[in-house]
Amino acid sequence: MEQKITESQVEKVAQLSRLALTPAEITEFTGQLESILEYVAKLNELETDHVEPLAHCLPITNCLREDEIRESMGAEKTLANAPQRDGPFFRVPKILDDHSGP
Amino acid sequence: MPKELLNLGCKQLVDQISAGQTSSLSATEAVFTAIKARNGEIGAFLALFEAEALAQAQSVDERVAAGNAVGPLAGVPIAVKDNMCMTVGPTTCGSKILEHFHAPYDATVIEKLRAADAVIIGKTNLDEFAMGSSTENSGLKETVNPWDSTRVPGGSSGGSAAAVAGRLCYAALGSDTGGSIRQPASFCGVVGLKPTYGAVSRFGLVAYGSSLDQIGPMTRCVPDSALMMNVIAGHDPKDSTSVDETLAPTIDFLAGLDDPVEGLTIGIVPDLTAGAQPEVRDAVTAAIDLYQSLGAKVVEVALPHAEYAIATYYVIATAEASSNLARYDGVHYGHRTADPKDYTEVYSKSRAEGFGQEVKRRIMLGTYVLSSGYYDAYYLKALKVRNLIRADFDRAFEQCQCIVMPVAPSTAFKRREKTADPLQMYLADVYTISANLAGIPGLSIPCGRGSGQLPIGLQLLGPSFSEATLLRIARMYEHNTDWRMEPPGL
Repeated sequence: MEQKITESQVEKVAQLSRLALTPAEITEFTGQLESILEYVAKLNELETDHVEPLAHCLPITNCLREDEIRESMGAEKTLANAPQRDGPFFRVPKILDDHSGP
Repeated sequence: MPKELLNLGCKQLVDQISAGQTSSLSATEAVFTAIKARNGEIGAFLALFEAEALAQAQSVDERVAAGNAVGPLAGVPIAVKDNMCMTVGPTTCGSKILEHFHAPYDATVIEKLRAADAVIIGKTNLDEFAMGSSTENSGLKETVNPWDSTRVPGGSSGGSAAAVAGRLCYAALGSDTGGSIRQPASFCGVVGLKPTYGAVSRFGLVAYGSSLDQIGPMTRCVPDSALMMNVIAGHDPKDSTSVDETLAPTIDFLAGLDDPVEGLTIGIVPDLTAGAQPEVRDAVTAAIDLYQSLGAKVVEVALPHAEYAIATYYVIATAEASSNLARYDGVHYGHRTADPKDYTEVYSKSRAEGFGQEVKRRIMLGTYVLSSGYYDAYYLKALKVRNLIRADFDRAFEQCQCIVMPVAPSTAFKRREKTADPLQMYLADVYTISANLAGIPGLSIPCGRGSGQLPIGLQLLGPSFSEATLLRIARMYEHNTDWRMEPPGL
């Protein structure tokens, strides 16, 4: 937790986050994330080996319901916000190039 | 007349409308007249639904005239923070990535407002995806504080707070992930309630930090807050984290609201409160004195892990945000980059173009703390400290019914004063964040005026599902004070 975050780490995180950041943004975020993480390192002051993690505060574990058929939204409503559509499909650039596949 | 009409509480307005003494149409018209006069300066709204609102008002009036039963919010003009899905108008979250998004369904709270015969007048501005404490992170609009236009309204529910304070609506819905209802309520001089996690359905609330987010009312007085809770609280099968009758039986939050809490014990945390500005500290001390004069016992309680709350929050909230906001990929809805050279650019450029800096920063931070090699050191560690923070409250509430502290260390700060240093902005959330981590309810009520007549807020924190008691404790204070003045120039 103590080591500083580097620009190349920030670039890696940007790639994992699917954010096309500019070099200026990478530099800016490196400095800002560094100071935030330095502050967060405060948590190391606490001994937590025997503390259970708390993901949420409710005494609810599994929330099940009957498997009943209900009305769904329908294709037109679902596609209404599509940035690009092609009939009943969402249109996106080609994912596999012509040489992919077997 | 319009001024007196606009100053009515929701409950009074409903009573007058139901009795035929005034009409929903005149209240709704008065609201839109006020919006036309003042919203240009305040900038509270991202969208207004004047035609729909007037039609709804007319329909309520007709039903009253015909002697038909009407709902508990009959004819009341209400605003909604623009991170709740509504089939009328766009649902933008204050983000360019959703600027043209039209939700295909209504959030459960919207359905409940409609079923209660409320008049939804518009959607209010917010920090993008509710990430911020000043509403300055909105990608679409600037909102100013109705008390002083050089200052921020607070955030992230800044538009809702400014609209309620500025008499541009009678009440509003906000959402609170780390203080986003309570802090703007404090900055704008209104009452804001963050209910217990699970008390109000989050179905249709655009997710930021799913284990922390909660919808709640922003109103001008405590009874209005109770009235709103009557409408929005309750189990929703569409939200698996919404609690059912076994955990939170349905109650009437208005019943017994005016009865003082007998044998009230209030907890204070002197070393925490000491960190606030003197004028805030003094106002909070004066409020505690008032409770004492009303017969309350005051005890010191300890929240030893409170100082770790901000660090804990900014790990957990950003981790959840990075996962929640992965859905904005430019494929099914939202902004898509113009000429992607391949499918990966659809993701990375659409997101880079659509998100603002604070959202990018939090996604980056969240992705980092969840990434391989750092997960245990940051995320797991934060979840453990979260448990310690909650245990602090469990122990404290063995000694008192509520804990009193400031909402924010200061009154509303100047616009652009804190935008350069994100960490400084985060540190101002020191008093509000713990309630979200512990899942407990918190209420902000006006308790004084600082320099420049800026409102100061008092925060009341209670055990899970103690909203009814918390509202009664707040009502005791409200009943004996008069901080519900309107901003100057109205």
